Amino acid sequence: MEINGVPIDETYAEAFTMHASRVLITAISKRWALEAAQSMAGFGTSVIGCGCEVGIEGVEPQETPDDRPGVNVLLFAPSKKAVQEQLINRIGQSVMTSPTSACYNDLEAEDRLPVGGKLRFFGDGYQISKRLDPPIIGNGSRPRRFWRIPVMDGEFIVEDRFGVQKGVAGGNFLLLGRELPGALQAAERAIEAMRKVKGVIMPFPGGIVRSGSKVGSRYKFLTASTNTAFCPSLRRQVQSELPEGVGAVLEIVIDGLTPEAVGEAMRVGIRAACGPGVVKISAGNYGGKLGKHHFHLHQLL
Amino acid sequence: MPPVTLCVKEVLTSVPLEAESISPDLFADRSREEIEALPVAFGNEARRLGDFFRVDGERSEEIEVEGSIERVKWVGSGMTRGRIVIHGDVGMHAGSYMRGGEILVEGNASDFLGVEMEGGLIRVKGNAGHRAGAAYRGSKYGMRGGIILVEGNVGHEVGAYMRRGLIVIKGNAEDFLGARMVAGTICLFGRAGLRTGGGMQKGTIVCMHPVELLPTFAYDCTYAPVFLRILVKGLKRLGVQATPEQASGLYRRHHGDLADVGKGEILIAA
Repeated sequence: MEINGVPIDETYAEAFTMHASRVLITAISKRWALEAAQSMAGFGTSVIGCGCEVGIEGVEPQETPDDRPGVNVLLFAPSKKAVQEQLINRIGQSVMTSPTSACYNDLEAEDRLPVGGKLRFFGDGYQISKRLDPPIIGNGSRPRRFWRIPVMDGEFIVEDRFGVQKGVAGGNFLLLGRELPGALQAAERAIEAMRKVKGVIMPFPGGIVRSGSKVGSRYKFLTASTNTAFCPSLRRQVQSELPEGVGAVLEIVIDGLTPEAVGEAMRVGIRAACGPGVVKISAGNYGGKLGKHHFHLHQLL
Repeated sequence: MPPVTLCVKEVLTSVPLEAESISPDLFADRSREEIEALPVAFGNEARRLGDFFRVDGERSEEIEVEGSIERVKWVGSGMTRGRIVIHGDVGMHAGSYMRGGEILVEGNASDFLGVEMEGGLIRVKGNAGHRAGAAYRGSKYGMRGGIILVEGNVGHEVGAYMRRGLIVIKGNAEDFLGARMVAGTICLFGRAGLRTGGGMQKGTIVCMHPVELLPTFAYDCTYAPVFLRILVKGLKRLGVQATPEQASGLYRRHHGDLADVGKGEILIAA
């Protein structure tokens, strides 16, 4: 199979289940909503070292509870408890601290985690709870509780509970480029297209990762190490997966709320990436042993 | 199912009719004959609903009452679901102890509207009387949830002892609005009477016009609470249009009543 003259490897991306939450951050302006969101998403590239994967959703929210500019952040972690801990830490340290911000749940889910209900204690007894019923909050049959925490610029609003559901993490594809500049340009094209898909994030810097990893290492203390099979400089020293003519490889990792969203992001991303400078498109998997979700490239495209 | 329609057979005398049986919970599974046989109290006499109302329809969670029933008490009391529309006025205690559903009064509502209600929506297009959303005498708490929306004016002690929920008044309120309030929110678009928030412990009273406050309320600051943006946006869903200044403008915050716990707040549009 080829797209724009670029061969697509007959392989699949292996992704696994994680728990996901969607947060809506608003502020006095788009700039300040983004400041808070970027801070919250900081150091959230890989669950391996960061405890969770966080990113700003490319599709902007249609409306916000307080009618101010808003930004959606998706957070993925291995368990509900981990999601809750990460939300409390990141909202507490990155959103509450950001001037004019407010933070709302933006995921309708059966399971809901107390987050604002924990952060409220920052109010030192002066926090105020406001519960609004469905006729005015438009939330199905569920009321919504907000905490008003007094802060130095006025009040920080945070929702009491945040929805959590199973999501998909680790969807991916590899761009095998002739040389680095061309591969990077292709990856940038892919990211631009993928950011139009709702319900996904690409958690690495700018959406692109250059240090793809494999499971395990020669060192006992390390659980993951560099993906030697795709390192051009190791082509003659290891069992390489790289065809001749490949000088740089970049990976795009996708986390999504549903397998469909991840598949769609991969589809549009690969299609946008295929062009000059790209030798081949492949994907990372672990032989099907680790992840429940398999995204076969040929089927997606 | 089409709604069950109740038409008053004859103008009621000054003796009130106590008719908590006018409730969607009781009408939902009953035939017309069974609805007519539901008990009501006419003064100290036990009578049938059918003695006073012509009933059309059956087995419905929607009830429509044609004409004013200002002498009929307890309409929709304790209801948990469905909808009651009253094409006129309604008597005392309408929607008291209500837990869900909706009551729409196209005329005026008398006293004790939605007293100690726990959920649901009561909308009054005219005026409402005293102690709407409040507690009955001797009760610790008033309204514990739900929404009361009055498009006209309200009487004394509205929201007194309120524990949770929302009262929105588009007109004016008489004295003791939110007195001894424990929590919840009152939003007053008109003018307030005397002693607003007297004895309040916690909770929020939002006033769109200047209010003469008790000396036991202390001024804190002038700011734009984000919560009011959420509230005003929600009110739009109920058809209450606030101005942009009311949604995002500045409010003078006072806390009190310092003669009590003192954690209540009165926000007055600046």
